[in-house]
Amino acid sequence: MNDSMIPAGAATPPRDGKIKKIFGVIGKFLQKYSYFFGKVGISLITLILSTIALFFLLRMIPGDIVELYALRLQNQQGITFERAYQLAAQLLNYDPNENIFQAFVRYMGGLFRGELGTSYLETGVSANSLIATRLPWTLFISSVSLFISFFIGIAVGGFVAQKRKGIANKVASGYIAVSGSVPDYLIALILVIVFAYQLGWFPAQNNYDAFKVTPGFNLPFILNVLYYAFLPILSYTIVQTGNWILHMRGSCIGVLGEDYILAARARGLGEGLIRRKYMKKNALLPLITQFGVSFGALFGGATLMESIFNYPGIGLEISNRIVNRDYMVVQGLIFFSAAMVILVNLVVDLIYPLVDPRVRKG
Amino acid sequence: MEQENKQGRRSEILSEIARIASDVGASVLRGLKKVFSNGKTITGFAILMFFVLVAIFGPLIFPYDASTDMANTYLMPSLEHPFGTDWLGRDVFRQVIAGTGSVLAIAFYSAIFTVVIGTVLGIVSGYLGGWVDRIIMAITNIFLSIPSFPIYLLLAAIVTINTPLSLAVIISIWSWAGLCRSVRVQIMSLKERDFIQICAVMHMSKAHIIFKELMPNVFSYIAINFVMAMRNAIMASVGIMLVGLAAYDPTNWGAIINAARTRGLMNVKNIYILMYPLVCIIIFQIATLVLANGLDETLNPRLKVL
Repeated sequence: MNDSMIPAGAATPPRDGKIKKIFGVIGKFLQKYSYFFGKVGISLITLILSTIALFFLLRMIPGDIVELYALRLQNQQGITFERAYQLAAQLLNYDPNENIFQAFVRYMGGLFRGELGTSYLETGVSANSLIATRLPWTLFISSVSLFISFFIGIAVGGFVAQKRKGIANKVASGYIAVSGSVPDYLIALILVIVFAYQLGWFPAQNNYDAFKVTPGFNLPFILNVLYYAFLPILSYTIVQTGNWILHMRGSCIGVLGEDYILAARARGLGEGLIRRKYMKKNALLPLITQFGVSFGALFGGATLMESIFNYPGIGLEISNRIVNRDYMVVQGLIFFSAAMVILVNLVVDLIYPLVDPRVRKG
Repeated sequence: MEQENKQGRRSEILSEIARIASDVGASVLRGLKKVFSNGKTITGFAILMFFVLVAIFGPLIFPYDASTDMANTYLMPSLEHPFGTDWLGRDVFRQVIAGTGSVLAIAFYSAIFTVVIGTVLGIVSGYLGGWVDRIIMAITNIFLSIPSFPIYLLLAAIVTINTPLSLAVIISIWSWAGLCRSVRVQIMSLKERDFIQICAVMHMSKAHIIFKELMPNVFSYIAINFVMAMRNAIMASVGIMLVGLAAYDPTNWGAIINAARTRGLMNVKNIYILMYPLVCIIIFQIATLVLANGLDETLNPRLKVL
């Protein structure tokens, strides 16, 4: 009996070894993918900190949201203020006695359930429903123009970098200077004034003509949407192209100083071939990060651009609701756009080593 | 004997001070000469100076009268009203002049705040490293990932804006992060250079290294970013006014544009009114860009090598 009992001292070493082994495996796994986990960790911390910052920023707004809502109810339904306040607190799911910490916990709970914030101005409207209806329009306009300007930018930038003495470079520099210095919304305003109000070629606002076409997958609707989207896309493209030319030219000039370009020239390869096969591929790498960052920023919409075209995107919604003091929805929308920026940056960071092997080692 | 000695020492000190002063003066002059040898810098600076002069002396020569004159609404440009009059019969030329000061003040203040916050945090974070660096970078990441323009609008709703200073504070709160990050990168590379290493070996104080050794090396970069911060401040402030928030000063260029825009662009006369501040903003922005490029060409050591 006593013999069959395993002494405690003898039993632990193998188990200890096993645990050590497991930890070792986990450690190796973490070490191997430390880049991955590091990036994910930093993104998560940033997201949490941003949420906290946003929450407390919105709490700093003077004037109680419930009180505002109660005043509105009082005027609408003709009831006493106390009754309206109770009703408002009930409708907004808000406890006037809870402190800021409890409110924060409740807000975080809502976020985990996927509720970004409900409007108190309109019933049945929340940040979620607004994102669902507005985001497609924002993304449509901004991503189309981002792609157009990116491809124009890399083509022109690559061409100009090789012929830095030519007149094309001077024209490109002038374009970069002017398009970079005029605020984007003023370019939009000028385009609206010229093409919509003066010439009357394009509509000045909205996303489609609700009287003429029915939304759905039919040709007249798509054509109408494209017609209405033309001016916004044009102004976005004008603004962004200069930036892409600038970055591509800078990146290309850097690449042109490398030894392999010299070697290619020494082998007698043509300039066109060098541009396509050697310069552009290498020069594009740093621009991928830029492209990703720009893409992440799209989700918040361009507030002013959309309000000038009165285009029903996320940005217009944010600015309108800030003016109307619908802060719960604003909080949700800004949280969403910050989260998308962080997420897209994370994806870019994770993809980049796959595209550029030099980063993996360094 | 003693008296003479004292006098001699005093004159010695005086001559020393004079020598140092002339040295400093000469180096400042040399620096200015170098900076202003660039055509772009001169052009940009001249245009900015023109706006500054208009802001200072314009309202004295052409005082703005905000009272309405319904008999003379929407007048075309004439000698008396060079830019015409608006829907209430007020002179647009004088409005634009009266608004120049407010626009410039916003740009100047917020550039100062942005540059000071961004540079100090960037240098501290880059030089000290470790936990300080991590904390500052975490804060910077928050500011960079939350989109700035909605936050400007929110802050404009939170804080009552009634002076250019308050608008500048709001703009600079959310715009220092990019500068902070790039200053940090520069400092991190400078830190590894020999002259800083030697200072550290010689047990010089951190304050001395930061302010006497690192600051002068990033000074040109900061000067360029000051101009760029002015641009961004104008972009942001006009944008905030275009949405209709911060309507404390009806003669600010952004406010004039917004007022004309909300009057309705179907009316061509409103477009005429809106054109003048618009053109002013564009000229101002191009001038700042040209100035920044010129400074970059003369001050940036990286470009000099090429």
